[in-house]
Amino acid sequence: MKEPKQLSVSAIQNGTVIDHIPAKNLFKVIQILGLDHIDTQITFGTNLESKKLGRKAIIKISDKFFEDADINRIALVAPDAKLNIIRDYEVVEKKVVEVPDTIVGIARCMNPKCITNFETVTTRFRVVSKKNVSLKCHYCEKITNQENMQII
Amino acid sequence: MKNRSLVSIDDLSTDEVLIILDHAAEFEKNPVQKLLEGKVVATLFFEPSTRTRLSFESAINRLGGKIVGFSDAGVSSVSKGETLHDTIRMVSSYSDLIVMRHPVEGSARYASEISSVPVINAGDGANQHPTQTLLDMYSIRKTQGTLDNLNIFMVGDLKYGRTVHSLMMAMSRWNTTFNFISPEELKMPEEYKLYLENLGLKYYEHLDFTDIISKADIIYMTRVQKERFSDPIEYEKVKNVYVLKNSMLFNTKPNMRILHPLPRVNEIHTDVDTNPKAYYFEQALNGVYTRQAILCSLLGIK
Repeated sequence: MKEPKQLSVSAIQNGTVIDHIPAKNLFKVIQILGLDHIDTQITFGTNLESKKLGRKAIIKISDKFFEDADINRIALVAPDAKLNIIRDYEVVEKKVVEVPDTIVGIARCMNPKCITNFETVTTRFRVVSKKNVSLKCHYCEKITNQENMQII
Repeated sequence: MKNRSLVSIDDLSTDEVLIILDHAAEFEKNPVQKLLEGKVVATLFFEPSTRTRLSFESAINRLGGKIVGFSDAGVSSVSKGETLHDTIRMVSSYSDLIVMRHPVEGSARYASEISSVPVINAGDGANQHPTQTLLDMYSIRKTQGTLDNLNIFMVGDLKYGRTVHSLMMAMSRWNTTFNFISPEELKMPEEYKLYLENLGLKYYEHLDFTDIISKADIIYMTRVQKERFSDPIEYEKVKNVYVLKNSMLFNTKPNMRILHPLPRVNEIHTDVDTNPKAYYFEQALNGVYTRQAILCSLLGIK
């Protein structure tokens, strides 16, 4: 019998691996990091089993290294994400994401009377609580909490 | 403060608040000073607010400035579908300063980011109305001689009242004791009470104020509106509890003054109007001096 053809996601030589992304937010992470616009090799897997998250996703990006400020932008959609920085097939650094002090252009303000829901204004929030993330709108000054948070 | 916008009372430091109040006092002594000669101020009222608009226009006129603008969005290009962004871009190139009232919350902050000239927020929906807060503070300081250690009673709709929230936040800088008097449905929201607790300031909540009125330095009245109640029977039960009558003022402190952002409907009986403790009409006049001071500060004239 012939061996079934297997396509394995190979290890990357240099780049970044983002693990422990909630499966449902994989495409939001791709969007927030602009991965749909870069031209290096990217592989991702989703609906992988995870004890912690139920179903998780993983992204491997070749030849791409992120600034902390960039990577922290995914904190709202993937708060438990872990990053492995790979150089020459070896993990040289591990990082976790941290909720930043300000959130720009990622979340929607839950106040239907807010200007950001009327005109094309980039949303901007001050993070007033990092544990149960709650955001204060820079414009209408109303609070958007975790359960009402919508990612744009 | 030159070339800055005034969107929220929090935009001003305590010193800046006091400077504006001092300047307002100078304008009260000498209201006609042609400091805005040659300047054009745009008054953009995307929703009608007659008193606020007239107060600003009176202030601008007394300063010798010229006014362009509109008093109702129905007569402007907004009715043709122009965005706020484009309106502000255009108007800021026609004028030296913009006064704007808009029903959408956060619109003033957004306008201040687009505009090349200072923007004064004359009310953005239920959010902020900083010039009202400053004129309230001017009235408090003028009648009490100080802002420190006062006992302020806030009465009526404390849940939705934008003016009481801003005034409470602003006065919390001066060791104020607050008494909140409102029906159950219209109590001061938790977030504001938490704010006072974190500052270590005292506040008390009551369902009516007849027993404690003698402690007040300032009584700040607001309107209890029927449409705020989910149950009309609840409104009927409480509607007369929050009406101030002259007979209730008998035991009040001699320095006590009654403020109201106006318009009044029936929450202050007209028999209070002739009592020397009634201060709401003078308060409205103070608005003109305060706005003169704000206009000049943002233009760097004074």
